[in-house]
Amino acid sequence: MKFAIAVFSPPQAPATRRALRFTEAALAAGHEISRVFFYGEGVHNASANIVVPQDEFDTAAAWRLLITDNGLDGVVCIAAALRRGTLNAEEAARWDRPAATVLPPLELSGLGQLHEAAQSADRLVCFGGD
Amino acid sequence: MAKSLLIVSRSAPWSGLAAREALDIALAGGAYDLPLGMLFMDDGVFQLVEGQRPEALKQKNLGANLQALPLFGVDALFACSASLAERGLDPAMLAVPATLTAPEALPAVFNQFDEVITL
Repeated sequence: MKFAIAVFSPPQAPATRRALRFTEAALAAGHEISRVFFYGEGVHNASANIVVPQDEFDTAAAWRLLITDNGLDGVVCIAAALRRGTLNAEEAARWDRPAATVLPPLELSGLGQLHEAAQSADRLVCFGGD
Repeated sequence: MAKSLLIVSRSAPWSGLAAREALDIALAGGAYDLPLGMLFMDDGVFQLVEGQRPEALKQKNLGANLQALPLFGVDALFACSASLAERGLDPAMLAVPATLTAPEALPAVFNQFDEVITL
């Protein structure tokens, strides 16, 4: 089955850990993940600047690794990301901001990417709230 | 045929970005001519109330965007009647025409749509 994943909660939220585990399990079971879309507070998962204590799980790093290792399409909503200061190099330059925290392969794009993912996947699975 | 999508909006307009961002999903989908609906429930029903003055909180008014939803092709609008009643809101106070839906009728609303997004 082809899944699109939408993440609306920040790295610390249980819902985000469930999204990560669901995505891993779907891949392990041979399913396809057509896109992981980060929206709302979920955009913080795309930040490469998060530092967690050494004995704690780094959810944002786990997303980056999962997306990179599996060649997934990881997309961050650009409007939600700009509001929260999670910019890539291009947007940091455009808005004259001092830091880019969203690194490739994650990319910033519009909400159309969420709709496109929902349309093309068999199932859209959303993770938000607590 | 395009899959239909129900956006469930559960946050008050003054409590962070969730209401704005749920609405943005609908407006973006409307621009692509997708079959969309919105369901307002829990604190989300506060978005529908007429005569709000968000300027006093230096917030933008969502009202104009909400009223524009039908123009974007989003004309299936629902409001949970129990959520309204729990908050002392009378349907006559609503600025946006939404179909009042009792909790027991919500499963039928969800079943009308292929996908659901809740914010």
